[in-house]
Amino acid sequence: MRKYIIQRLLQLIPVLIGITFLSFAMMRVAGSDAVTEMYGDKGAVSQEIIDARRAELGLDRPFLIQYAAWLGGMVRGDMGTSYVSGLDVAGTFAAKLPATLLLTALSILATVLISIPLGILAAVCRGGVVDYILRFISFIGNSLPNFFVALLLMHLLSIRLKLLPVLSDGISLRSALMPTMTLAIAMSSKYMRQVRAAVLEELQKDYVTGAKARGVRGRVTLWNSVIRSSMLTIITLLALSIGNLLGGTAIIESIFMWDGVGKMAVDAITMRDYPLIQAYVVWMAVIYVMVNLVTDLLYHLLDPRIRLGVIRE
Amino acid sequence: MRQTFLKNREKRPLQKQGHKSVTMYSGMYGGRRHGRRAGSVKTRLIVFGLLAAFLLLGSVFSAQLAPYDPDLQNLEIARAAPSAAHLLGTDRFGRDMLSRVIAGSRASIFSTLLLVAVITVIGTLIGVFCGWNGKRADAVLMRISDIFLAFPGLVFAMAVAGVLGGGLHNAIVALAAISWPKYARIARSQTLAQRESAYLKAAKLAGSSTTKIIFKHLLPNIIGPILVTSMLDIGTMMMELAGLSFLGLGAKPPTAEWGSMMSDARSLMTTAPWVAFSPGAAIFLSVMVFNLLGDTIRDYADPRSRDF
Repeated sequence: MRKYIIQRLLQLIPVLIGITFLSFAMMRVAGSDAVTEMYGDKGAVSQEIIDARRAELGLDRPFLIQYAAWLGGMVRGDMGTSYVSGLDVAGTFAAKLPATLLLTALSILATVLISIPLGILAAVCRGGVVDYILRFISFIGNSLPNFFVALLLMHLLSIRLKLLPVLSDGISLRSALMPTMTLAIAMSSKYMRQVRAAVLEELQKDYVTGAKARGVRGRVTLWNSVIRSSMLTIITLLALSIGNLLGGTAIIESIFMWDGVGKMAVDAITMRDYPLIQAYVVWMAVIYVMVNLVTDLLYHLLDPRIRLGVIRE
Repeated sequence: MRQTFLKNREKRPLQKQGHKSVTMYSGMYGGRRHGRRAGSVKTRLIVFGLLAAFLLLGSVFSAQLAPYDPDLQNLEIARAAPSAAHLLGTDRFGRDMLSRVIAGSRASIFSTLLLVAVITVIGTLIGVFCGWNGKRADAVLMRISDIFLAFPGLVFAMAVAGVLGGGLHNAIVALAAISWPKYARIARSQTLAQRESAYLKAAKLAGSSTTKIIFKHLLPNIIGPILVTSMLDIGTMMMELAGLSFLGLGAKPPTAEWGSMMSDARSLMTTAPWVAFSPGAAIFLSVMVFNLLGDTIRDYADPRSRDF
């Protein structure tokens, strides 16, 4: 097991170098940089001032040297300073991360509570009325863009019913409710389908027929065997959907003015604040890769066949 | 011992013998309907295909269909509620929302189809190249696609679109940059599976050039699963493109595009919510039609996937 973990960690290195290089290259290849963006509209700034500012920010050095300097800083936890606010990027990022993590955790919790029971119910009632209704709802949810859901909820809950504040007033559970609901609606409808498919696949295995032939009740087979075995797939799929959630939070955070890294990134992108954008891209990627790694390890821990080396991937 | 067990079982009242659960768990063993009949898949294919064709035609002839000029401003009727003259109301500049939603179909539906076409072609070409040649190029390209797949796509697309400076073209480039690996993967594995097959060897022995073998013999045999994937992706891509526009990283005002129209309407949520709702409903309906079509095509192409 330890060997496997080390091997997986080593495999991460090229992926992380690739991600950092791509995100860094992207920023530099793009025609305009923060300095032109900063002075671009004013027009009357002389070339000397622009050059001086470039030199100050280190934007005049060769590309690979800039990358090496930046990567070195990144490893030491120094992500540079924001071009716009002049504040330390690592500090800004660390201050906003908890809000995003809270939102993500709440959405995942809501998704699990909604979609696992409903997905199992749909699989068990396959072909029946309940199944059709649930599949219809999940289909609708899959076709709704999350920013539309956000605006609909805002209209219904805040403007019409006046139950919740329109925009979040700080990090509280009350203001987290609408962004969580928005993210959970989109995620649950996708995930419910996957849970249903996973349980159905398990139900079609021979041991289920065998259990039925021996007179074991449906309920017993379902709870003791089927759901236990399909949990593996269900957990894996949930972890994989976290990636979508990370991207999705950016839009939702900026709609509800939730003060997390997603909103910070959207603001930074409009201001072309490279250090902030890079920190966001790289850290989101690292979180994503780590979540995938943990999922894989969990998978190995949970499945005795893989753990004991009966099945090799 | 055995007999007492049976006796006890019989003695139990009906309700406790899981009488209620008969309906609840009956679906477990196959259910009443074992997937749909092939005929109904064909019907669905025709219905959803026609709906999608209508959407496409509508977006092509959007200029002729729109009752008013979508960019014509008339501040006297700004933020008017839906009425007989303006079925979906007007926005903050008094532009007719129905005309703008119709005009927006061009930017939204057309760009999405273009995007899906681009990633399908690029991804397939790269995948076939890798699978056919193998060796170093394959290893390098597949590592690159690994990096892209080990990445929350939308996060990267946002950054790329933002850095390129927004605009619909750049949003398409950004989404294409993150979406091709999936297609390359499918095309590569399909190519690898077919490479050693007899018909390709026969074509080679008959003296066909590599280009001819790939385009005339290999591609028609592997394109099925790739096209199904791209059909299934249209809905997602439409939402992601609209999402980028919503963030101001895609189509820019005054271009009528559903995502940016909704973003523009955010400040009118209390006074004129219809301005946000009509483009939202348009995205929803188009995504739904393309999702239904994609699901149907998948069911049609691969009957085993039915009902999953």
